[in-house]
Amino acid sequence: MQTAVNLWPLIGVAVIIAGFVLRFNPMLIVAAAAVATGIAAGFSPQHILAAIGTGFIKTRNIPLIILLPLAVIGLLERHGLRERAQMWIGNIKAATAGRLLIVYLLVRELTASVGLTGLGGHPQMVRPLIAPMAEGATENRFGKLPDAIRFRLRAFAAATDNVGLFFGEDIFVAFGAIVLMTTLLKEAGVAVEPIHVALWGIPTAICAFVIHATRLALLDRRLERELGSAGAPRNPRDADANAATTQTGDEA
Amino acid sequence: MTITLNYLFWLTGIVLLIVGGMIVIDREHPRRFTAGGFWLLYALVFLVGDRLPPEVVGVIVIAMALIAGFGGVTAAKPKLLPEAERRASARRLGNRLFLPALTIPFVTVVLTLAGGHLVFGGVPLIEKANTTLIGFGIGCVVALGFACWTTRDSVGQSMKEARRLVDALSWAAVLPQLLGMLGLVFSDAGVGKAVAHLSTAYIDMDLRFVAVVVYCVGMALFTVIMGNGFAAFPVMTGGVGVPVLYGVFHVNPAMMAAIGMFSGYCGTLMTPMAANFNMVPAALLELPDRNAVIRAQVPTALCILAANIVLLYTLGF
Repeated sequence: MQTAVNLWPLIGVAVIIAGFVLRFNPMLIVAAAAVATGIAAGFSPQHILAAIGTGFIKTRNIPLIILLPLAVIGLLERHGLRERAQMWIGNIKAATAGRLLIVYLLVRELTASVGLTGLGGHPQMVRPLIAPMAEGATENRFGKLPDAIRFRLRAFAAATDNVGLFFGEDIFVAFGAIVLMTTLLKEAGVAVEPIHVALWGIPTAICAFVIHATRLALLDRRLERELGSAGAPRNPRDADANAATTQTGDEA
Repeated sequence: MTITLNYLFWLTGIVLLIVGGMIVIDREHPRRFTAGGFWLLYALVFLVGDRLPPEVVGVIVIAMALIAGFGGVTAAKPKLLPEAERRASARRLGNRLFLPALTIPFVTVVLTLAGGHLVFGGVPLIEKANTTLIGFGIGCVVALGFACWTTRDSVGQSMKEARRLVDALSWAAVLPQLLGMLGLVFSDAGVGKAVAHLSTAYIDMDLRFVAVVVYCVGMALFTVIMGNGFAAFPVMTGGVGVPVLYGVFHVNPAMMAAIGMFSGYCGTLMTPMAANFNMVPAALLELPDRNAVIRAQVPTALCILAANIVLLYTLGF
């Protein structure tokens, strides 16, 4: 039996799971998991700090994509970028949140599949453009939105960016993941052409589009069900009734 | 001169230095010293991190985690123009407002495609290994110039806006990098080997369908733990994929690899460990529930995972 495998480093995984379940601050959880893993692997305190420091320096490229666009996006927001995105979508009468996001999903997945992964992203596309457009399109149809709906639309906008990116980029033949896969398989003695890995990704990519687009279409129907009857601009009497109840509430 | 990632690190460091300085001197900020100090420490990592001893960087990281973990990185009340003013400006500038925002992806794509050909006197303009990321950085700088010109505003104001967004993101902006660090510490300590041992030693995989399910679900679960499909792939493919699916059942290896990685991505959609895809957008979009993006993705991820199992079982052999 393979009893020689050291299972103690799994304590780091346990710290992560326990930390997220108990809702500690994620920064604390991750730092604690790194320290616990180092202790379990028998590292000295100095070795643990060095491992953390080296790892943190090696991964400095990760936050660039979040931090670098903030200045320009913030400046444009000050001058009404998000408001403009809402006005623009208001001119398209057929626009709904679901349809808009289906189009974005298709564009995001197709461009990622030819290697153009820079065409989307949360700081530069979703926050300033896609999420306000989804909110704007829904507001145009149903009037002012409750916060819960607003937050749901934003979450779906972010989710759509992720799904389009993930299941598009992996069918681009020069993508890093495909290089990684073929290299690893070659080391294990299995010869595989990168182009075949890319092509066999296509069935899943199509499934991913169909599944997520269906959910977006269902999102439209759900919005209609929840907001359609209480559509503020079409039904002024409801709004009056609400105002009346609030007033009596105040008096009581 | 070749533009390397170091230039982007310095640029990011300078921006963080300005942001941290602004927060420290802002008397209305509720936690100006801890929050400002947090961003100044982070600026150090970008400006001189590679010249400091790794132990010192380790201490900085732990200090940042403690400041953030005990509520030291809260945001000040954002200073925004009134909505009527923003609407008026949106009407005045019209669709021209979109152009600087779209400049970022445009420049990124152009430099990604042209990067390899921009060689002057035998020296490449852009470091070859990081063309897309450097193209993205240049795109952000070009877009900032364009945005200042379009809005007749200043770079100084753009720093105030960057500070507003950094304040809103808070520690969520640092979490993805911290998780990347944890992944490296995990692989140093042999966590992958231990998980592969557990997942293969206790499940009977004589049935082809069971083996397919173990491989796909294992990829997803392991990615949920590690936050990254790249970390899960070598473990599951070495532990189950090659010896069982290929060695015993003669699966098409290209299809196994493609579907295995996609199963890992289903895991990425469901885990707070993939912070840059799930936690950062929740902070960026100012959602009160920091798991809201994951909640929106779980049904899609589970359906795609099921589709993967069916695809690999029916087409793979």
